Amino acid sequence: MTTTTFINARLIDPETGTETTGSLTVEAGTIVGRNLAPRGAVVDCDGKCLAPGIVDIGVKIGEPGERHKESFRTAGEAAAAGGVTTMVTRPDTTPTIDTPETLAFVTRRAREVSPVRVHSMAALTKGREGREMVEVGFLLDAGAVAFTDCDNVVTDAKVFSRALVYARSLGALVIAHPQEPVLTRGAAVTSGKFASLRGLPAVSPMAERMGLERDMALVEMTGARYHADNLSAAASLPVLERAKAAGLDVTAGVNIHHLTLNEFDVGDYRTFFKLKPPLRAEEDRVAMVEAVATGLVDVISSMHTPQDEESKRLPYEEAASGAVALETLLPAAMRLVHAGALALPVLWRALSLNPARRFGLPGGTLAEGAPADLVLFDPDVPFVLDRFALRSKSKNTPFDGARLQGRVLGTWVGGERVFG
Amino acid sequence: MTFRHRHLLGIEPLRPEEITTILDLAEKYVDLNRQPVKRSKVLKGLTQINMFFEASTRTQASFEIAGKRLGADVMNMAMQASSIKKGETLIDTALTLNAMHPDLIVMRHPNSGAVNLLAEKVNAAVLNAGDGKHEHPTQALLDALTIRRKKGRLHRLTIAICGDIAHSRVARSNLILLGKMENRVRLIGPPTLMPAKIEEFGVEVYDDMRAGLEGADVVMMLRLQKERMDGGFIPSEREYYHRFGLDAEKLSYAKDDAIVMHPGPMNRGVEIDGVIADDINRSVIQEQVEMGVAVRMAAMDLLARNLRELAGPKEVMV
Repeated sequence: MTTTTFINARLIDPETGTETTGSLTVEAGTIVGRNLAPRGAVVDCDGKCLAPGIVDIGVKIGEPGERHKESFRTAGEAAAAGGVTTMVTRPDTTPTIDTPETLAFVTRRAREVSPVRVHSMAALTKGREGREMVEVGFLLDAGAVAFTDCDNVVTDAKVFSRALVYARSLGALVIAHPQEPVLTRGAAVTSGKFASLRGLPAVSPMAERMGLERDMALVEMTGARYHADNLSAAASLPVLERAKAAGLDVTAGVNIHHLTLNEFDVGDYRTFFKLKPPLRAEEDRVAMVEAVATGLVDVISSMHTPQDEESKRLPYEEAASGAVALETLLPAAMRLVHAGALALPVLWRALSLNPARRFGLPGGTLAEGAPADLVLFDPDVPFVLDRFALRSKSKNTPFDGARLQGRVLGTWVGGERVFG
Repeated sequence: MTFRHRHLLGIEPLRPEEITTILDLAEKYVDLNRQPVKRSKVLKGLTQINMFFEASTRTQASFEIAGKRLGADVMNMAMQASSIKKGETLIDTALTLNAMHPDLIVMRHPNSGAVNLLAEKVNAAVLNAGDGKHEHPTQALLDALTIRRKKGRLHRLTIAICGDIAHSRVARSNLILLGKMENRVRLIGPPTLMPAKIEEFGVEVYDDMRAGLEGADVVMMLRLQKERMDGGFIPSEREYYHRFGLDAEKLSYAKDDAIVMHPGPMNRGVEIDGVIADDINRSVIQEQVEMGVAVRMAAMDLLARNLRELAGPKEVMV
């Protein structure tokens, strides 16, 4: 039984929204209290920040099917190095995680090799094809924490409404990436001056709002538990606001890239900046940051999407979408803190507390009795990111060569040190 | 004389004086091309590869003639029939070609930005012969040269670009070039064929042909790019011709001495009336083709000079 006391820590508590200096004691994998007399091993935090570990929802791991892009081991190591103590993984693998058997496979692989906690999401429809719902009950029993077809929109409203009703009866959380799929088809960038200058196929951010409007109507109709993930457009926010005001069981998320980058970062067709949805205008980015600050948008995630060099070294239109971000999530998010847009406890509410609560997972808090999933970091230390130093198998980060601030000094999962 | 670029990927990176440099040099090549003996040695010993991933007759022929008249060894790669079809990526093809030490690579590709990607991976000077819906710089340069010769200047002119702007790399390169040279640029076409926020480029946008042509010095028609359309941009070709096709009546709104241009190939009866296209008093379409060879010679000449400067003075004896 390990006992550890973290002394001289700047404790970031998203639950109370406070930053205080003090100590935290951990025993048998659980937080037992603050400012107790030090016992067990002592970790001197030297005034650096100690916060609940990040709960990152929507992590893509290449198992099964694309282990050359990312494995549970490499993703887990990247997560530990990035202060992520819980990964909630996506089902858009090959094959899709849409049966209890495939879910059992990833659960076993994760348990064997990942140094951080892993929970899996399952697809909402078989093969993410939008035709038939998966065995929601069996998958819940097998440990699925949410159901999502990821970036495939369930276009058939009848199929989607039935899946929502069925999921609601079992209390299951449904996650969607809202988009109007026909408008979005083939688009590589957001429509506007930049898209016109570069001559790339583009989509209006209104496509996202249209998708969200439809989903809100279906949620109102079915009463389902719904999380709109990967939102990126200012135009979506009033829709979200109305749904929340109407008392629908709705939460929303944004990925770190849409909070820290905009469409111009694509520059001369740099495919590491190709994301889905595409990077938006600066006004959208600012609106999304503001929505995180007010709590309208609940969750920030990495939307970690490993891609190998071959799938990115193509003309922009043909290149794959997505970026790795487990390790860059924290330093990229620090840009928002250093810019004065978000206070650390507010940031941690979105990175840790809210996702844990929404997925019904322990963690996200420094309260007594919570699991000792912790990250110790220095928010100020500057560095230049070298993508080849990342632990992920894939190195497709838009932050290559970027000047960042904030480094993880140590990560603990259940009181055991997994990094630093 | 200034022209400090390794590649010619677009008009966007060029400064106005660099555009003037190319056009001034091209004038000399216009004269050369009208001599019975059209030989120059400025590209002697250099290898030029033309890689066209899209079908092209006039542009490819123009680049080939330009290279040959300057003394380069010119090779045309039929890319539609090549290893790309066998699954090889653009980068691998580029690296394979690069290993053969070409000096100039002329590339056309259906994807915007593909030429930029190639330029990052090869040692040769790369010339963009059209990439997707992005740029077609030599077309804009040959249009500029044609205008300058016909109008005596390349500034303070009112130039109307008409038709399928959205799918046109020619329109993009032209509006950037003409803007840099301080002309008044108007874009005319149905709103479905206008790129988003195009008015932010400092152009005036019209969806009425007569209003847009009012007082224009130059009328530049574009081809309706049926092959790039995935449905539903215009109701029919006959309605398009009725509203946006250039005929004598619509042209009467432009200045009396306005010239008519078209990058070719033309769809007669869709965007332009055949009579206008053939009117030697108004149409400069044949002259555009002639200027094309001269402008490409000038561009390759300038890039080759920069290549030599990079390589230094030493020569390898064999």
